[in-house]
Amino acid sequence: MLCDVCGKNEATVHLTEIVNDKVTKLNLCETCAREKSAKMEEHFGLGELLAGLGDFGDVAELPKKAVKIKCSNCGLTYSDFRRTGRLGCSECYTAFQSKLEPLLKRIHGSDQHVGKTPSMKQTKVVTEPVSKLQEMKAKLKRAIDTEEFEEAAKIRDEIRELEKKDEKKDKEKKEK
Amino acid sequence: MKLNDLLNQTSEWLKGSGPKSDIVISSRIRFARNLVKAPFSDWATKDQKKDALSMIKKAMESAGFLKDYTFFDMAELSEIDRQFLVERHLMSLEHARNPEYKALVVDNSEIISIMINEEDHLRIQVLKSGFNLTEAWRIINKIDGKINKKLEYAYSSKWGYLTACPTNTGTAMRASVMLHLPALVLTKQVGKVLETVAKLSLAIRGLYGEGTEAAGNFFQISNQVTLGRAEEDIIGNIESIINQVIAREANARHVLMTQDKDTLSDKTWRAYGTLKSAHMITSDETMRLLSIVRLGVDLGVIKDIDIKSINSLFILTQPAHLQKFEGKASPSNERDVVRARLIRERLKK
Repeated sequence: MLCDVCGKNEATVHLTEIVNDKVTKLNLCETCAREKSAKMEEHFGLGELLAGLGDFGDVAELPKKAVKIKCSNCGLTYSDFRRTGRLGCSECYTAFQSKLEPLLKRIHGSDQHVGKTPSMKQTKVVTEPVSKLQEMKAKLKRAIDTEEFEEAAKIRDEIRELEKKDEKKDKEKKEK
Repeated sequence: MKLNDLLNQTSEWLKGSGPKSDIVISSRIRFARNLVKAPFSDWATKDQKKDALSMIKKAMESAGFLKDYTFFDMAELSEIDRQFLVERHLMSLEHARNPEYKALVVDNSEIISIMINEEDHLRIQVLKSGFNLTEAWRIINKIDGKINKKLEYAYSSKWGYLTACPTNTGTAMRASVMLHLPALVLTKQVGKVLETVAKLSLAIRGLYGEGTEAAGNFFQISNQVTLGRAEEDIIGNIESIINQVIAREANARHVLMTQDKDTLSDKTWRAYGTLKSAHMITSDETMRLLSIVRLGVDLGVIKDIDIKSINSLFILTQPAHLQKFEGKASPSNERDVVRARLIRERLKK
């Protein structure tokens, strides 16, 4: 597939934009994607700006790999963080460690904590698997927050399916 | 204690007591703390927020860290009541929005307040009158330890306390000092002084934090860096910079008093006169005039009113406080009449 903008290079970045409920899909090559992202940066929110500090410049180079890193505890993706500047849970710090390290260093000039330590002994709990339903609900909330309504509708249907299945299971249990 | 009882007491930070209280209004320290693995408030579902809230509430009750305190469920308060708590600096503007599953714990002397489910699961704040970061640090350190005995915090030895926003990671501590700098503003030196402060990586904000202008010549100075420096270090750094700002303001006041006392007296008495006789007054004008009167009282030009009464008026004339005094919601032009009346009554005493 060729790039929609220059029509010369192979498109490697696939961008979905929703403006006033209109969905536009763009297939871009790396060069055009970088230009496009430079334009988008003019409308940067604080979150983007902040998250951008961590890996400024390689947004277009690492679109799939970096953006898709995901926290296994809460399901937040690195792109969710990039967009909002807010992490999802304490475990995101481990999931995004390699990205957060340079970011924290730029913000604070250091990446090693000095100072108070907790008075309670820290327990290392094994990550409990988040139920599929919980994860989907969190996903739905994020999709609505970011106005990705098409995606939200899909997730909503999946949740309904899951709930139906759960109800069935419950019924079967009761009948037994 | 009920929320309305707060109306009849002076907030700790307005008492006008404590070190250097002629220039420093208050000192505040805030810790951000989070539960392990529970999604941060911005991403949490309703159920998850509810769970976090009940877990924290339970832990606080069993920690027994406060003798007399009140628990406010945000969803049960009216919008005016929430705004009222913001005006008293007991919680953030952010906390007043989307009140579901948010709560506030306030000790009845209004020194300690704890927001639950703001951006972080816990935001602990200690507010003291005057220039008193050391005392605020001593208090908050103790409370934090007590809560931590019942509640495991999200913490890593590398990055310290883990917060929703990476700008708070580390000590997760924000220490801030509210200054009243009318003489530096009058002598047009304030820009230069604050420019220098900003270069030392401290943040400057107005009376109500982020995005508010420096109304009434109030400036809030706080640390920005939270990682790589210990709490006492951060506090020491702020203290030494603030001390210099205080010296500059004191010097500017001295210059005004010695070189142009008549102009200064005229300004302060005119401001006092307007406040005592106006029948309609906006919030902006109130802040501006009160600031000049406060300077006059500090310098002994005006002697028939004390600093505590002036300090209180800064807050009592805010929209939610006025409406609570009136006992009803009122449009802003009516509020100007109510505000003027309240000021006249208070200054008559």
